[in-house]
Amino acid sequence: MDTFASQSAERESLESVVIRFAGDSGDGMQLTGTQFTQSTALMGNDLATFPDFPAEIRAPAGTTFGVSGFQIHFASRDIMTPGDAPDVLVAMNPAALKVNLPDLKVGGMLLVNTGAFTAGNLKKAGYEENPLDGDDLAPYRVLKLDISKLTLASVEPFELSTKEALRSKNMWTLGLVMWMFDRERSETVAWLEKKFAKKPEIAQANIAALNAGHAYGETAEFPQGIGCYTVPKADLEAGTYRNITGNEATSWGVVAGAKLAGIRPVLGSYPITPASTILHTLANLKEHGVVTFQAEDEIAAVCAAIGASYAGSLGLTSTSGPGVALKAEAIGLAVATELPLLIIDVQRGGPSTGLPTKTEQSDLLQAVYGRNGDCPLPVIAAQTPGDCFYMAIEAIRLAVKYMTPVMLLTDGALANSAEPWKIPSFADFEPFPANFRTDPENFHPFVRDPETLARVWAKPGTPGTEHRIGGLEKHHDSGNISYDPDNHHKMTKIRAAKVAQIADDVPAQTVDQGDAEGDLLVVGWGSTYGAISQAVSACRASGLKVSHAHIRYISPLPRGLGELLKSFKRVLIPEMNNGMLIKILRAEFLVDAKGLNKIAGQPFKVSEIEAAIRSHLSNEPSE
Amino acid sequence: MTPLDPPKKLTRKDFVSDQEVRWCPGCGDYAIVAAIQRVLPKIGSTRENTVFVSGIGCSSRFPYYMNTYGFHTIHGRAPALATGVKLANPELDVWVITGDGDGLSIGGNHFLHLLRRNVNLQIILFNNRIYGLTKGQYSPTSLVGKKSPSTPLGSIDSPVTPAAFALGSGARFVSRAIDVDVKNLSAVLTRAHEFKGTGLIEVFQNCPVFNDGAFSHFTERATATETQLHLEHGKPMIFGKERDRGLRLRPGTLEIEVVTIGENGITEADLLVHDETNRAQAFLLSGLEPPLFPVALGVLFAAPAPAFEEAVLDQNRQAVELRGAGDIDALLRKGHTWTVGGDSQDS
Ligand code: SF4
Repeated sequence: MDTFASQSAERESLESVVIRFAGDSGDGMQLTGTQFTQSTALMGNDLATFPDFPAEIRAPAGTTFGVSGFQIHFASRDIMTPGDAPDVLVAMNPAALKVNLPDLKVGGMLLVNTGAFTAGNLKKAGYEENPLDGDDLAPYRVLKLDISKLTLASVEPFELSTKEALRSKNMWTLGLVMWMFDRERSETVAWLEKKFAKKPEIAQANIAALNAGHAYGETAEFPQGIGCYTVPKADLEAGTYRNITGNEATSWGVVAGAKLAGIRPVLGSYPITPASTILHTLANLKEHGVVTFQAEDEIAAVCAAIGASYAGSLGLTSTSGPGVALKAEAIGLAVATELPLLIIDVQRGGPSTGLPTKTEQSDLLQAVYGRNGDCPLPVIAAQTPGDCFYMAIEAIRLAVKYMTPVMLLTDGALANSAEPWKIPSFADFEPFPANFRTDPENFHPFVRDPETLARVWAKPGTPGTEHRIGGLEKHHDSGNISYDPDNHHKMTKIRAAKVAQIADDVPAQTVDQGDAEGDLLVVGWGSTYGAISQAVSACRASGLKVSHAHIRYISPLPRGLGELLKSFKRVLIPEMNNGMLIKILRAEFLVDAKGLNKIAGQPFKVSEIEAAIRSHLSNEPSE
Repeated sequence: MTPLDPPKKLTRKDFVSDQEVRWCPGCGDYAIVAAIQRVLPKIGSTRENTVFVSGIGCSSRFPYYMNTYGFHTIHGRAPALATGVKLANPELDVWVITGDGDGLSIGGNHFLHLLRRNVNLQIILFNNRIYGLTKGQYSPTSLVGKKSPSTPLGSIDSPVTPAAFALGSGARFVSRAIDVDVKNLSAVLTRAHEFKGTGLIEVFQNCPVFNDGAFSHFTERATATETQLHLEHGKPMIFGKERDRGLRLRPGTLEIEVVTIGENGITEADLLVHDETNRAQAFLLSGLEPPLFPVALGVLFAAPAPAFEEAVLDQNRQAVELRGAGDIDALLRKGHTWTVGGDSQDS
């Protein structure tokens, strides 16, 4: 039947959908999710994604700990999170069903590959009985298909081995889901042709599977409740868009920021999850003058960056919490020698090795306080994947202007999640050229700018400004080593004052949503932005006097924050840690803030924050 | 500066800083800093282009005494920091100053990787077989049995031989000298500086306060001719007051033995000839020590290879040739983009 027109006429229009693709690590779920994301972006929906993969590189096939998932939330309206519970779950094997079924919305759609429900796979997933047979799936709209068999049939003409042929089952599934949600296949076809350019028969087999899945949707009779849908375009601000992940945005922000400063970025880095893709991305941007150095360890990585800054480049290092711990002493050296340095901490679950592939916000106190001595430095945090671009530039601006290391906090959720991003024009950014001292007259290395308190930056190679610096305390007025007690007191105060007054150079704290006073202020930082924003929006829609403030500058805290906190009866601070920002705000402003803490390695659900807001507002504060 | 205004000829004094030297009286470090200050003007160094980078320890105070650029960093990390300096500006002439504790204990990892990468700089290892600055604990080069505040009954772990460690790490220039032997020290400093790549100079440095005479079994002037072998590329390995003793490979083995010319039919032709480019031979030489052997001094090994930082920056140049100089707007628009509203359409 030639049905395209009639089919699309029958499509049910939905405002938003959350789909989770789940399968074994070897099933290609991340690729499936990424391709679905690409075509969804082209359809003009707003979207957010959350990839969730195991820490093991090759976990044993079929086990629950080898399950890999990719969730995408797309809508015809503005959305900010990858969604709470999926509306649609694609389970490619029993383990994926076991791990993900508890999250599926009651009444949600479940697509299972029955071909993978063999006795062996059921046992590996820990099922005593086949869940497809009993009543367990009754609350859902279930579509059981032997995707393995359907895939084999679709690629038969290519005479591949069974093992190879079965690899295409993710593309078959993608084809079907694309049909269900009215997505275009052309981009995926082009991508497959490029990816398998050297193995054209594999490319063609995958394309055949993709098309077969799509055709299956068009022709098959589905059970009650399974249909086809459309999600209209979102009303996005005019402009050119792309999908961007946090680590891409951070990397590109580094290149842009260094260009605005007029100096070469030199990255010293050591591989660590979830920060490594920053090293990979920057290593591939050599034509931008980026120097990347994969050092022998985390300490060498930051030390090389400090050496580069000393020599007049922009030294930077990318890492995660365990790496920041190792770098602490060297960061102190950069504080003591007052050199620009960018430290990017893509946070993950801790302590120790913790949960390398899961997200957390538990490096906050380490970032602000985690060094020996009184060792202040600016700490800033990005709140969305796209914001990483702007905050990387901002970190570089502060580092160069104030001659100080700056810590940029992102996290695993931002690092790997994609969102549509309105591409800025580079010409709109104000340059902040680095200012090198070349005049030997009255020079010493700790001559300060009276306004910024930044010391001069004289790079080796400049005649007449030869000088020695180091980690030993220096005399405030000559830069020579000094053990004088009063001088150390004075230098400690100067270093603190230099960082503290940066608050005058960053935007004052505002509310992101709601009034500047009311019953409850929800204060967040980092990647919780989307979830808090949507929860507050929902609560406000139901008449609650709740507002949302999101802190991007953590040290020093922005001007106006103290007054804002005191303008609300209550303050709620959701964090993906056991209570860190709350300690700082309580200490700084003596506010009786309450925490909402989730330390599960997963981002907040909107509903969790919404429930907390409602519960905090349901009983009036006792005065 | 114009061509009519030729650079002023620098002297030792130009490299001496105004800082008061704070090493103990009689410390071998004085001789080393003096040697460097004398060598720099001779090898054409300029103050503005020279950078001394050190870690932590007695020797690491060194940069403060040089009227050049200098960075006194943190314990063990000078090689990593210096690598960053060279990546930022390969034109700079960088000297790393380290010690046996700084370079081989806390900084052993960085020492290894600096050497194998062959970053173009000089690294001077002040080996005094003791921790000086922290008041006399045994170090990774202390001999077994060394009594120190942390080893009152004597140390029990075997020492590392720096030159052997360096050769095993893939170092391409390994040399040794004695602190007070100005002539030989100046010669190896000059050679290391000429060498393109990491030039290691191990200096046997006396710490009169905590480990006096650690090397006196071969540094004593009276017996030096019997206990020192000064290596020269292409020359047979001869030593001794009468220049009648030499080294050869014990026939049928990979061991070195001391022989006397004229005894048992031995002639000069039987002796090993020093070949700086022979890593295996350098390794054998690195382990020799009295009383059975003389200590091998001078350049043990020198085999040039491309410098690390130049290869790194070469890749940047190649990327520009291949892809053109990077453009931020193009970078941000790479891959799939789409347009909402308006009428411009990207890719
Ligand atoms: S402790 Fe030893 S090495 Fe250190 S300065 Fe004194 S004599 Fe020299």
